[in-house]
Amino acid sequence: MTDLASATLFGLPLPEIWFGLVFFILGMFLFLDGFDFGIGILFATRNDDHEKETLFAAIGPFWDGNEVWLVVFGGALFAAFPEVYANLFSRYYLLMFAILAALGLRGLSPEMYEEREDDQWRRYWGWAFVVGSALTPFLLGMFAINWLTGVPGIVSIPGVLGGLAVVALTIADGAAFLGLKTRGSLRDDASAYGIRAVVAYLGLVALTLVAIYVTTPALQSALLSLPVIALVLLSAALVAGYLVATRRGEYLAAFASTAGLVFGLVTVIAVTMFPVVDRATGLTVTEGIVSTLPLNIMTIMMALLLPIVLSYFGVLYSVFSGPIEAEETYG
Amino acid sequence: MVDPVIASRLQFAVTTIVHIVFPVMSMGLAPFLIYFTWKEIRTGEEIYEQLRRFWVKIFAVSFVVGTVTGLVLEFEFGTNFAAFSTFAGELFGGPLATEGMMAFMLEATFLGIFIYGRDRVSDAFYFLSSVLVGLGTWLSAVWILIANSWMQTPRGYELVSEGGEQMVRLTDPLAAYFNPRFQYMFLHMQNSAVESVALFMAGVAAYFVYKHYVRGDEVENAAFWVKTLKIAIVALVITAPLQVIHGDLYARHVYETQPQKFAAMEALWETETYVPEYIVAFPTDLSQILDPRAKELLGIGIPGGASWLASGGDPQAEIQGLNSFETEAPPVALVFWAFRIMVGLGFWFILLAFWASYRWFRGELVEDDLLHKAFMGSSLLGIVAVETGWIVTEVGRQPWVIQDVMLTEHSVSPGLTGAEATFTLAGFVGGYVLLLALYTYVIRRIIQEGPPEISDDGVEPSVDAPAEAEVSVDD
Repeated sequence: MTDLASATLFGLPLPEIWFGLVFFILGMFLFLDGFDFGIGILFATRNDDHEKETLFAAIGPFWDGNEVWLVVFGGALFAAFPEVYANLFSRYYLLMFAILAALGLRGLSPEMYEEREDDQWRRYWGWAFVVGSALTPFLLGMFAINWLTGVPGIVSIPGVLGGLAVVALTIADGAAFLGLKTRGSLRDDASAYGIRAVVAYLGLVALTLVAIYVTTPALQSALLSLPVIALVLLSAALVAGYLVATRRGEYLAAFASTAGLVFGLVTVIAVTMFPVVDRATGLTVTEGIVSTLPLNIMTIMMALLLPIVLSYFGVLYSVFSGPIEAEETYG
Repeated sequence: MVDPVIASRLQFAVTTIVHIVFPVMSMGLAPFLIYFTWKEIRTGEEIYEQLRRFWVKIFAVSFVVGTVTGLVLEFEFGTNFAAFSTFAGELFGGPLATEGMMAFMLEATFLGIFIYGRDRVSDAFYFLSSVLVGLGTWLSAVWILIANSWMQTPRGYELVSEGGEQMVRLTDPLAAYFNPRFQYMFLHMQNSAVESVALFMAGVAAYFVYKHYVRGDEVENAAFWVKTLKIAIVALVITAPLQVIHGDLYARHVYETQPQKFAAMEALWETETYVPEYIVAFPTDLSQILDPRAKELLGIGIPGGASWLASGGDPQAEIQGLNSFETEAPPVALVFWAFRIMVGLGFWFILLAFWASYRWFRGELVEDDLLHKAFMGSSLLGIVAVETGWIVTEVGRQPWVIQDVMLTEHSVSPGLTGAEATFTLAGFVGGYVLLLALYTYVIRRIIQEGPPEISDDGVEPSVDAPAEAEVSVDD
């Protein structure tokens, strides 16, 4: 135990690694639950009962597992940077509860929708599903940008723009996933929305970065740094890739490019923020990190568990690969 | 405007009281589902497929609601108890993160396969999925109870000063994680979850058995419900006595580690020897409901019982009274009455278990209408016992959030305003009433719909098939 308490494991830069890990986990959540949100938003464009049922069936086996990445995001932030967790979550108090409420609505509404067949009931819960699916990524985008800029209030121009960008990204994500899970006109319609959403995303993310540049002088040099510019250019290339892949019907490539876009976005946020981990308090990664013994223990836990957890997802997605069959439903 | 400290505490209380219902359902159902899946695959009997498919629906809904409410709990440590999270984050954050990675991920991903994947994977893999889902729910409890038990009996840490503020520093993770309370809590919680689900199953099954065999109304799948009742009785016979025997050990451990809580459980204000254990206590004055004092209550007690309980067999043992502690007493009435309700229910469940086994042994299980009514009335009492048990645990620990280390009043987020906290508290009360109403509604509908029809061609009928179309398998 004394060894574990005196120095970081193998002399690794663990504060920096955990900073990256926290954003990686946030990225996993935005990418995986992102397609659930996108499909939830696209639900609003469907009128046919069977198509709606297909959308529920497309996310049915996955969304529970996808959502756990948010639980792990909270846990990892708490474990590695307890002070940041405490400051951040209490500072954006109402925003955090709004995220929870939106996420709760998204989780409950499909269960409730399936419960009864009458039109009014289904219309109500169908809309609840759409609202929950749209609000959650919007509020999470706001949260991520507010975390970066450290604004005291909840509503800020960069935050709102960032929220809208994340919503657009989830629509593109959901449309690409539907490319893999559906056929025919449903897939074609989804692709058309996905194409518009991914272009909108590029515009919105550019506007968000400009807004941060204007409102937050402290971040100006970080925003103009080489990695950020490279990531923005890479994102533009990925958007082009998404467009080409979708037009050619190569949905796996489109889905992979949304993954690139999501991780590109969280990397931009992380790179711009670093070495600070909570701008509002000015706490840096090395100041905010938990002490060495728990840090080493958590690192061992993560190193063991992360590959195992990723393999669970590999199993889950391969068991349910391929388009939804006609008889599959949500319940 | 409610004070932010009070509002945060009330909000956390509401969140936990509502949340615990769902883990109890999923942890308690897990062993049953593993058993049903095993029997379904081994015997190929339709009734086990029905049992599995019926109870998995209830599991799935409980899991979804449990995720929603559990995420709230995790976030509340940051939003409302930022001072606590900063102070004890080193010990508390790790178990929460590990719970997510080790347990929740396992449960949530394999649940997808367990609910939707029967026709997509082999029997062996499907059975493995049921085991992994169950393992996930139980591992969740391990890490959550590690975090909670550390707050009851903190070990393996030292207090250090950082930037002028006191903080907890982890020194010995094994001593901290496997602190003295952990094993008591884990056994007591897991056994109570299985017991609560057994009572719930028995109550639901007894309703249909009563309707069919006693009242003579034709119930489809009557055999299914008799089978359910029998399985539930077996589980109850095992868990009910275990819970009470274990509870006795647990109480002794509480006396040794948290004497102030024990004194509150007994409403004992002055330090005394030969303290009786009041099995039934009647207030002689209305004020005694809110302010029970062991000496003044009219009670039926075992002479020396509380001393015996605390010391492990010595009726003469001295018990510290609440007045001997420096800090103010916890809300004694809540702890005292909650403890009595829990213990009373524990004994009632044993009685129920033996009564039912006797009737079963005599071959009179389906005819005893009084037994059926007792089961129906007790279907939710397991959950009541769990709730009152947690009230004893959490309210009894007050005024400490971490026993003898941090006061609850110092744990709340410093920047939190009364307006914010009151607003979310009101939102929680409203939202959770709605949530419980919806959950109850869905569970009722699942029960009314009854077990699914198993069609001969092996293709699962659509869940949207109208209930009228279902054909009973046992007629």
